[in-house]
Amino acid sequence: MALQQPPALAFAGVSCTFVSRDNPGQRYTAVAQVDLALQPGEFVSVVGPTGCGKSTLLNMAAGLLQPSSGEVHVFGRPLAGINDRAGYMFQAESLMPWRTALGNVMAGLEFRGAPDARAQAEAWLRRVGLGAFGDRYPHQLSGGMRKRASLAQTLALDPDIILMDEPFSALDVQTRQLMENEVLDLWATKKKAVLFITHDLDEAIAMSDRVLVLSAGPASHPIGEFAIDLERPRDVAEVRSTPRFIELHRAIWAVLRDEVLKGYAQQLKAS
Amino acid sequence: MRHLRVYQLALLLALIAFWHVMTAPGLLPPFMFDNDRQAAFFFGQPLQVAGRIWTWFVVDADIYRHLAVTLVETVLAFAAGSVLGLACGLWLALAPLASAVLEPYIKALNSMPRIILAPIFAVWFGLGIGSKVALGVTLVFFIVFFNVYQGVKEVSPVVLANARMLGASRRQLLRHVYLPSATSWVFSSLHTSVGLAFVGAVVGEYLGSSQGVGYLILQAEGSFDINTVMAGIVVLTAFALLLDAAVGRIEKRLMKWQPRAGESEKL
Repeated sequence: MALQQPPALAFAGVSCTFVSRDNPGQRYTAVAQVDLALQPGEFVSVVGPTGCGKSTLLNMAAGLLQPSSGEVHVFGRPLAGINDRAGYMFQAESLMPWRTALGNVMAGLEFRGAPDARAQAEAWLRRVGLGAFGDRYPHQLSGGMRKRASLAQTLALDPDIILMDEPFSALDVQTRQLMENEVLDLWATKKKAVLFITHDLDEAIAMSDRVLVLSAGPASHPIGEFAIDLERPRDVAEVRSTPRFIELHRAIWAVLRDEVLKGYAQQLKAS
Repeated sequence: MRHLRVYQLALLLALIAFWHVMTAPGLLPPFMFDNDRQAAFFFGQPLQVAGRIWTWFVVDADIYRHLAVTLVETVLAFAAGSVLGLACGLWLALAPLASAVLEPYIKALNSMPRIILAPIFAVWFGLGIGSKVALGVTLVFFIVFFNVYQGVKEVSPVVLANARMLGASRRQLLRHVYLPSATSWVFSSLHTSVGLAFVGAVVGEYLGSSQGVGYLILQAEGSFDINTVMAGIVVLTAFALLLDAAVGRIEKRLMKWQPRAGESEKL
């Protein structure tokens, strides 16, 4: 029997503390003692109240942020610097405004010196339904189209780990469901490890194999883990009305609700 | 405003007519000056000015040489100032220590009235093109420098992080993220910097030279030939407008990736 494959992405006792630059005495621990393992091909969502350090977690997985303590492992190796096996889809606009849609999708391939960057990028644009829009600049595309271009840009590099930070939170409900289904289809063909951050519990359940609930900050850490045993392939709109979905939703919400209230109370106090 | 151009033209004609009526000897009895030739002496006369321009461009056709000199000075000053400003702006924006050390000096250089350097440049570079270009460069440099500095500082952190995740090396970040972002700021200041390059050239010529439009004006002023001074000013103004229009065209072509106010979103 082959040796057991190491997890695609593993957090081992990871904490992250931010220190205020102006006032070194003022520190904020965003996440504390996070242990999390992501198997290759697994789709895991992280939900939690606003400001609980979900993005911090993702930035550490990407190597954009160094953990204050603990280690991040990528396929068994400790991560140092940028995680080059991961693709990152950001919450905010991340396309380079001075490049066309095609230029943006090509960017990563170009940086890595792929010989057929243009042909690959064109294929990816067609796959996300933007075949006819390659020569448009980001400001000439609608919000949904920009997200598609971002998705193509990230996936064109064929990363083994895909990190997504509330990628669809800025989209309207219909566009969002279309995009969610598209992502699920693309994921089903490639079976990459996905770490998906969202504040939307419905989205998390509909898409994932596993849902992780993070406690309210500061020092947030996982407080609940739920396996989502809904059948695949799923349609994100239809799956929401199945009894099992509602059952899971209720169970997870019971854990999440207290944290949301806690996070809300803290925000009120801070302001 | 359908008749905007008509109104604009009418205003210009009215101003010229006013100028003519107030200065033509013998047309109105003198009420400001002792005799009826003094107004023309101090303010010039539009018809004489037009005649002078006509002579320059058509009859003698001797202004082209001077215009060419002024244009070459402007372009050289603009190009050198932009390249220097771009290089220094990028360097200082990406090297926090250097920028912290140099900050007071840059502030001092920027607030200094740099036109006053013209005599020094005349000593250093002589009365030829060199001293005019040097003056223009000092004017253009700071505009471009501050814009590039700002441009690099304002690169969206998300776009930057995204480029890094896509595997961009430091060099590629400079080439594909910082530089395009900085150039967009350079272009937004292009009108100002071309204008200042022009100012540098003309002022430099005016302070000492043997050719150029500024030189023509200096010569005419020496012999109290107000009509020629006015003609020189008119030519310079028209020339500056042409330069500005050319810059506008280039900007439009190169900056098509930037959203423009009022442009509807194309799907």
